Amino acid sequence: MGASTTAASFTSLMLDTVRDVVPIILVLGFFQFVVIRRPVPNLSRVLAGLAFVVVGLALFLVGLENALFPLGRSMATQLSDPTFVGASGEPGDAVEWWRYYWVILFGAAIGFAATIAEPSLIAVSLKAQDVSGGAVRAWPLRLAVALGVGLSIAFSTFRIVTGAPLVLFMVVGYAIVLVQTLLAPRSIVPLAYDSGGVTTSTVTVPLVTALGLGLAAAVPGRDVLADGFGVIALAAMFPLITVMGYAQLSQIRAHRSRRRR
Amino acid sequence: MALQRSRRATTGAIQRGTELLVDTVRNLGPIVAVIAAFQLLVIREPIPDLGRTLEGLLAVAAGLALFIRGLRLALFPLGESMASLLARKGSVFWLLLFGFLLGFGTTVAEPALIAVAGEAADARDAAGGDGLEGEAYAIALRYTVALAVGCAIALGVVRIVRGWPIQWLILAGYALVVVITPFAPREVVGVAYDSGGVTTSTITVPLVAALGVGLSMSIKGRNPMLDGFGLIALASLFPILFVLGFGMVTG
Repeated sequence: MGASTTAASFTSLMLDTVRDVVPIILVLGFFQFVVIRRPVPNLSRVLAGLAFVVVGLALFLVGLENALFPLGRSMATQLSDPTFVGASGEPGDAVEWWRYYWVILFGAAIGFAATIAEPSLIAVSLKAQDVSGGAVRAWPLRLAVALGVGLSIAFSTFRIVTGAPLVLFMVVGYAIVLVQTLLAPRSIVPLAYDSGGVTTSTVTVPLVTALGLGLAAAVPGRDVLADGFGVIALAAMFPLITVMGYAQLSQIRAHRSRRRR
Repeated sequence: MALQRSRRATTGAIQRGTELLVDTVRNLGPIVAVIAAFQLLVIREPIPDLGRTLEGLLAVAAGLALFIRGLRLALFPLGESMASLLARKGSVFWLLLFGFLLGFGTTVAEPALIAVAGEAADARDAAGGDGLEGEAYAIALRYTVALAVGCAIALGVVRIVRGWPIQWLILAGYALVVVITPFAPREVVGVAYDSGGVTTSTITVPLVAALGVGLSMSIKGRNPMLDGFGLIALASLFPILFVLGFGMVTG
């Protein structure tokens, strides 16, 4: 059974990625041949690269959907199950939030790990490394973003379990972002803002929404719709704080070592 | 001579292979470790269907390696060369149109968006919303989001040309989101917040990043770090605003 379903889902995902690429090729082609009127430099290399992107992305997605997503989802459900958490399971019986420590820890760890594997983040961090001439390095940048997503999931889990309002987290979070924007080295700010949009992508969103929705369904008195969505909003905000924080830390360290000399 | 060359080629291949292996372990090691640790140590159960999981993991690793290679070969150079050629052409109109079409085109056919719009339409039908129905609602929603991303990239291009700092645009935008959220119909709020994440697909992100960087490098007085990044942030913000507005208009 395994091989044929894998092949079938690969074909359908392949069609999805092709459908994703066709409009891009149309727009690029129109501008290249009608507006700029110049041949594409290294056309064969570019075409090979596009093929790599399409096949690679389809393979990546089929692997995720067949292996990692079902496993991650079932684990999220198991960990937030009332009996696992140690509740009596009777309706109206409140559970202290810290009893969910395994879910909080799992959420933080999976958010971190999924962000490290996020292809669009890899792309942006490589670009940033190229552009900054190595002043911003790809790997620490990815670690900072992943740390942000991990923290955001921990906070979201806490929020869903306790029922604290999302607005509170958003307002406090963006106030911190505002202060950091004023204080952080200027050249990191646009990159930090971009990293917020990048995190909510292929790998992170499905795993994280599964966790949020599963938890909202398992904890008594939570609204699946309202509480599940906030997870993404926080996951897009926290990386701004950690990326600017990372830049601030490296600035402070550079200052210190200069003064010591 | 020939022997030396072939030996050099072999060491080169070995080096590339090692690099690829190191990168793969770095990229996927954490997620494998987290899932394995929690499954075996916390839940204390063996991994179900281990063979299938390993097979999937192999596909993930191969796919990611291919994708990253394709980035360097196609998406980065394409985005950058288009941006610099259009900037050298000196026409803001073509630049704007290019930004708009790129944003609109990559979003309108995005499979994740089609899925989200369909679900939103079903939820609305089930709730008995009036006005637009089913299919028409889903299509209207899709075009709203695509329009939002198109406008975001076009505005982002203007911003790069003019050298406006990105942060005030974004912070003002999110403040606006917070202000209008209470006035939007409740069922559209979730879709709106979700659509911001949906639009920044894995193929769009590298292309748009390269566009911004390429543009800022070919316009005099622009710094690629300060002006080149920020398009993705705009492309994640605008759909939230547009969908909230859409919800308020359609009721």
